[in-house]
Amino acid sequence: MIIADEMKYTKTHEWVKTDGIKCYVGLTDYAQIHLGQIVFVDLPEVGDELGAGDQFAEVESVKAVSEVYTPVSGTVEAINEELLDNPAALNDDAYSSWLVLIEMTDAAETESLMSPAEYNELCEKLDEEAVH
Amino acid sequence: MKETFLIFEKSKPGRKGYSLPECDVPKQDLSLLLGEHSLRTVSPNLPEVSELDAVRHYTKLSSRNHGVDSGFYPLGSCTMKYNPKMNEVVAAFDGFSKLHPYQNESSTQGALELMYSLSEMLAEITGMDQMSLQPSAGAHGELSGLMIIKAYHRNRNDFKRTKIIVPDSAHGTNPASSAVAGFQTIEVKSDANGEVDIECLRGIMNEEVAGLMLTNPNTLGLFETNILEIAEIVHEKGGLLYYDGANLNAVMGIARPGDMGFDVVHLNLHKTFSTPHGGGGPGSGPVGVKEFLAPFLPVPIIIKKDQGYHLDYDRQLSIGKIKAFYGNFGVMVKAYAYILSMGAEGLKKVSETAVLNANYIAAKLKDLYYLPYDRLCMHECVLSGIRQMKSGVSTLDIAKRLLDFGYHPPTIYFPLIVHEALMIEPTECESLETLDEFIEVMRAIALEAETDPNMVKGAPYTTVVSRLDEALAARKPVLKWKKDLEND
Repeated sequence: MIIADEMKYTKTHEWVKTDGIKCYVGLTDYAQIHLGQIVFVDLPEVGDELGAGDQFAEVESVKAVSEVYTPVSGTVEAINEELLDNPAALNDDAYSSWLVLIEMTDAAETESLMSPAEYNELCEKLDEEAVH
Repeated sequence: MKETFLIFEKSKPGRKGYSLPECDVPKQDLSLLLGEHSLRTVSPNLPEVSELDAVRHYTKLSSRNHGVDSGFYPLGSCTMKYNPKMNEVVAAFDGFSKLHPYQNESSTQGALELMYSLSEMLAEITGMDQMSLQPSAGAHGELSGLMIIKAYHRNRNDFKRTKIIVPDSAHGTNPASSAVAGFQTIEVKSDANGEVDIECLRGIMNEEVAGLMLTNPNTLGLFETNILEIAEIVHEKGGLLYYDGANLNAVMGIARPGDMGFDVVHLNLHKTFSTPHGGGGPGSGPVGVKEFLAPFLPVPIIIKKDQGYHLDYDRQLSIGKIKAFYGNFGVMVKAYAYILSMGAEGLKKVSETAVLNANYIAAKLKDLYYLPYDRLCMHECVLSGIRQMKSGVSTLDIAKRLLDFGYHPPTIYFPLIVHEALMIEPTECESLETLDEFIEVMRAIALEAETDPNMVKGAPYTTVVSRLDEALAARKPVLKWKKDLEND
């Protein structure tokens, strides 16, 4: 499992990467491993308003459909349209396969997110819990 | 040879499976008889094969079907039990199979009596007051049950109940039925024992909730030991309790949903009551209710009068008609034959043996496969392939490897709350020898996952087609074969 250094992480296995008041949101490598082969991705519309904690996308794998949540509030400025045609890109490289670009209304919302080290700890704990 | 040709690909121009004598009556011009517009101008492109080609082709295809008649089928949550052949014989009796749905009531008294008696028996088994045999399968029963719940609340002018609570371990049909019935679904979490989290339920139960849908035993194969408290929490706030009867095979003659506090139930005759399941169906999903909900049941209801049995359509509060005619009647005959041949004691034994078999498998495999909820289970056990993940072998790989040994794999990746779930339901029908053989194979695969993981990951090897690309099949399904006319 890969945990990219330049991202921040959520408990629900999303990553965010900020660039000023703009922020990319994607799914982590841990998430794609557990989902298995991804076959469909459903993304919001450009211009949609999102609140922190809102579900904004659905990812369907050969196992199940999972919801994706945004940890930040703002407006969807772009969606990664390539994923609609090639959802398997999420399996190939979870960190370059961003889902949406959000223009944040409150950049401070990213401060409470997990660091790579904290997220790594969470994943290890989850794996451990799964077998105990 | 692993031959996968279609009958169309075996076609040779001019080859025939028939020979007709010379026409001995005057030939008529079809375009005059039918009109030019009714005649096709291009060939229908039907396969041209000999009778023997056709017979061999379909005989071969028929042998590629896996069913309980051909092998062990431990598909969790599905109760793939044996379908006794006697049931088929009875359902084929002329008096049943040659009835016409528009026949006069006076000439169908036997069929009506059978339906009436079956309803009574199912009501007794579930502890409900009245049943409808109309729904054509499980999810249809769920939808009917939810429509009854909705009709009940509306009839007492309570229009604020827009939500249905469903556990996070529920069958996918539960939230789907709730949505189709126009409700919003909210999820109640499972606790560390794999049961409904009572505090979570208390937190979300309010007067906007129309009801709770629950399977008991639940999809982890565990009995909801707090069911009476659950019922109290839901009833206290005016909600109703819906019993998804998918797992009734675990409790027949031992516990009844009606006594647990459930107000509505549906059953799957094609699971618990031994009628064919899956492609061999059709199914049947009778719905049963407590007395206060009986007026809302779908029409027609069979009632018994002095002069005989009668189909009653005159029920003002009924949710109406949900299926053409009277449900899947042939299935009812088979279920009726099953119940009569088993008897009350027999049905109890069915559940006892089903539970014993599942626990036997769990006990014999839990040292090699992780058992997330390590307690006595009911009619099915949920193991996990998570230990095998360490060598890169997933539950999917294990399932595929089982095909090489002639087994239908268990249900995988369900329930969703167990990582790498392997849900095994052996049913009561299997002998100790069959269970032991299966256990031996499962143990061999666990060993192989450690010593030769690539062997498991490349499975299956002995099937007609090898590992299929499921992602491609989901994304770009090829649903029909098209003749390449250019090369014709």
